[in-house]
Amino acid sequence: MSGHDYTPTLSNAPFAFTAENEALAQKHVAKYPPGRQQSAVMPLLDIAQRQIGGWLTEPAIRYIAGFLGMPEIRVWEVASFYTMYNLQPIGRHHVQVCTTTPCWLRGSGDIVQACEKHLGIKVGETTADGMFTLKEVECLGACVNAPMMQIGDEYYEDLTPETAVKVLKQLAAGETPKPGTQSGRHTSEPAGGATTLTSINRPAE
Amino acid sequence: MLKDQDRIFTNLYGFDDWRLEAARRRGDWDGTKAIMEKGQDWIIDEMKASGLRGRGGAGFPTGVKWSFMPKKSDGRPSYLVVNADEGEPGTCKDRDMMRHDPHKLVEGCLLAGFAMRAVAAYIYIRGEFHREGNILEAAIQEAYDAGLLGRNACGSGYDFDVFVHRGAGAYICGEETALIESLEGKKGQPRLKPPFPANMGVWGCPTTVNNVESIAVAPTILRRGGAWFAALGRPNNTGTKVFCISGHVNKPCNVEEEMGVSLKELIEKHAGGVRGGWDNLLAIIPGGSSVPMIPKSICDTVLMDFDSLRAVKSGLGTAAVIVMDKSTDLVKAIARLSEFYKHESCGQCTPCREGTGWMWRVMERLVRGDAEPAEIDLLLEVTTQVDGHTICALGDAAAWPIQGLIRHFRPELERRIAAAKPSRAA
Repeated sequence: MSGHDYTPTLSNAPFAFTAENEALAQKHVAKYPPGRQQSAVMPLLDIAQRQIGGWLTEPAIRYIAGFLGMPEIRVWEVASFYTMYNLQPIGRHHVQVCTTTPCWLRGSGDIVQACEKHLGIKVGETTADGMFTLKEVECLGACVNAPMMQIGDEYYEDLTPETAVKVLKQLAAGETPKPGTQSGRHTSEPAGGATTLTSINRPAE
Repeated sequence: MLKDQDRIFTNLYGFDDWRLEAARRRGDWDGTKAIMEKGQDWIIDEMKASGLRGRGGAGFPTGVKWSFMPKKSDGRPSYLVVNADEGEPGTCKDRDMMRHDPHKLVEGCLLAGFAMRAVAAYIYIRGEFHREGNILEAAIQEAYDAGLLGRNACGSGYDFDVFVHRGAGAYICGEETALIESLEGKKGQPRLKPPFPANMGVWGCPTTVNNVESIAVAPTILRRGGAWFAALGRPNNTGTKVFCISGHVNKPCNVEEEMGVSLKELIEKHAGGVRGGWDNLLAIIPGGSSVPMIPKSICDTVLMDFDSLRAVKSGLGTAAVIVMDKSTDLVKAIARLSEFYKHESCGQCTPCREGTGWMWRVMERLVRGDAEPAEIDLLLEVTTQVDGHTICALGDAAAWPIQGLIRHFRPELERRIAAAKPSRAA
């Protein structure tokens, strides 16, 4: 079963979209045919989660149910089914290391260990300063750049224990690490140079 | 080896810009209106002639699928839905197409949507692909601004919209009816078929769900002709395919090759060979985590297409090649996949909900050899009780990797059991 912790944390902090987010929410609703506004529940939950700071509160769920004219339970069903919705508070940087077989074959276990050791927490925990939450996740779809992790919205790929820790240190220092591959290659071409598309003329950069 | 001039995804790696101007230089959006003027029947016939089989895993002929859509509306609009919920372990091809060559997909949406008389396309992209989703949205906006989408798209007189819908973390939404449920704002739990989506899909309207790659190759096929595509590969297994080569190779990569390329050539030419050399190979999962593994003896000669891999009791799936060398704990590798399927089961059907957890727990014991020899047959028996007994194919997908392991590496399981407790040896 789709398995994140479903137990919601109680919070009575009132919730309403900011004016900017309300406009964004209306844009999402407008993507779907009239009367089908329930289709916008996923983007709206995402907007709310970002506004709250990484997780969803009960008042936010109720607000969205009202916003879309849906029964509250239908919004709860969605919020608890998909792993990207957090029903509990979460660290500022959500570190998700992929450990499914393609990443495991290339040493994701070492990446998890390096993160645990550097952050001083175990998988599933949040650092005392609330900066980092560490999780193991299922395939993130960057398998030829394994091992990899997602932090917030960004992917960090072709990791070694050293480069993984370097990314964490940069985030802790308030810097923005370069997303994508942390090795020398461009993206998903073979390291050391592409074996195809070499005869295609490209404009000089 | 496929020539560069026959490659469709000429910006697969993003060495060039993804934006409209660069995409047009690469040939996208060239003569789109003229293609539409040839009519819906011409497009579908050309797609049928190309022999393109769906690139999401099942391999159903794309042109035939499009032809199932109603030619005359009964009042309900029709929709194209693009499955960009890429999450099959080993697979990361759609991601490259969307972030580096998005206009191929956007133009494909228009042509496919027009051919099936749809009013709009919804591209369902997995939520984790945040950056890719942003690029796709920007590419769609560019197309609207240039008059390529929206009212009178490309000056064709046809109105067509394209929207991006982001998922939120659920592998099961890659199953087409679960995806439709999710698009409707519900839990992603697969629907019983019939009714099939072409009769009753999203919002109760006729719908076709296609993989990103199936749609993104369509404009090039229609420009160069179905016969060009059909001449690549082998009969019933035509065209080009983007392969994802991961695991124990020297240079993991994505690469577009001709269908039917030999597995060995694919790995040695593009992925720098197996770590430690070809003789260090143990086994390969040739088509994403859901297909059974094949041992080295089969890898030596097998060709990478639907029929060749089916003949060796595996499958092309998403063409995600997961390579495992002799250092691999194969039982652990498959146990990790069992954990994946347990995590991703939607919980709707009992054989899958209970079976995936049960199979995973037995697999974990087999990793340690903590089992009776007879439990290997029991496990195999349970996989057959899950396989084919659920609404969707996730149950099958959970069963097949274990069946592949037992089929080819049963002695290794027996060895572990004997080593853990010699008195248990059969």
